[in-house]
Amino acid sequence: MAPVVPRSGDAVFANVERVNAELFTLTYGAIVRQLLTDLEEVEEVNKQLDQMGYNIGVRLIDEFLAKSNISRCVDFKETAEVIAKVGFKMFLGVTATVTNWDVEGTTCSLVLEDNPLVEFVELPDTCQGLYYCNILSGVVRGALEMVSMKTEVSWVRDMLHGDDAYELRVKLIKQVPEEYPYKDDE
Amino acid sequence: MIGVGGKIKQYSSVLEKPLSKGRQEVSLSAFAFLFSELVQYNQTQVDNIAELERRLEDAGYAVGARVLELFCHREKGNRRETRLLGILSFVHTTVWKVLFGKVADSLEKGTEHEDEYMISEKELLVNRFISIPKDMGTFNCGAFVAGIVRGVLDNAGFPAVVTAHFVPMEGQQRPRTTILIKFADEVSQNIYENLKRFIISGNWKGHLLNKYAIKLITVSLET
Repeated sequence: MAPVVPRSGDAVFANVERVNAELFTLTYGAIVRQLLTDLEEVEEVNKQLDQMGYNIGVRLIDEFLAKSNISRCVDFKETAEVIAKVGFKMFLGVTATVTNWDVEGTTCSLVLEDNPLVEFVELPDTCQGLYYCNILSGVVRGALEMVSMKTEVSWVRDMLHGDDAYELRVKLIKQVPEEYPYKDDE
Repeated sequence: MIGVGGKIKQYSSVLEKPLSKGRQEVSLSAFAFLFSELVQYNQTQVDNIAELERRLEDAGYAVGARVLELFCHREKGNRRETRLLGILSFVHTTVWKVLFGKVADSLEKGTEHEDEYMISEKELLVNRFISIPKDMGTFNCGAFVAGIVRGVLDNAGFPAVVTAHFVPMEGQQRPRTTILIKFADEVSQNIYENLKRFIISGNWKGHLLNKYAIKLITVSLET
């Protein structure tokens, strides 16, 4: 296997329009608070955040492919690198590190060194079961599904729960072969 | 377990974390996607436009309350505006500049009513990628920004009713958004006028003045 070429989303991020991260952070906070008030159950909030993320991911992949100039990834390893180095950078301005591969090469961890969603955030005792950044796992899942990869994404470490980093576990369940609505030789 | 570099530092409380300088940025699309989800979610929770605007405004209010704290501390060296025009220009200049990257296009005083002010923006950031379906009438996603403004004003002691409206512009395809601020009655009366009247009325005993004065100001701000 050819070594994964490290690519970076710096150039893409420099070229897209940007907004102040605090507006983004505070708006996200307002969403989470609204969900907590409406849904009451922390579990339901986690689900709703994941769903919102999924909706975003499904739409976001188009912009990603259009602006990033990324060609087809040869394997899941490359896909993970691209998400971490280009995807996160292009939208959130931060990069993640890919680590902890399993032997089959289908499960890995994305470790976030910096996370614009959680500035100013502290979880109260009543919200200990809340995955505050659950929207991110939804985004990754939704975006990958649009490029024919069914995945399971879950949080392993969360600094708001006292861990030392944000770690997102991404598991490739199956790669759906692309189906064309027409036959090649017709 | 994993080498992630020395960048991440843990703090026992969020208050110990140094305050960010506010220079960090995310892509505009990331915000637009998030905002779109906020609107879509709230659409599922309401059955009329007024209710939807109220919910967006509530979400904005929560942002405004925090923005006031943060910006007064960081941008203004802990000085808080106590005059009406001061706080309005704080919203128009400081708040707009940090949140939206530019000063608002205009800040005007209403011609019909003394206590009305308008902040107008040719293309409000949150409305950039929004087009309103015909059946939703006068709905304006700027309600979120109106909420931010209300949050800032209210928490600074200037309660007001704030609403967002589209105003068609000649020669422009898209209408501009005007944030209409109508201050509550007691704000427009100068607090010191009240105090003066109180003193003139003579219903006080010298040494109690301070206590009463403070109480009066608090009451007039709260009601």
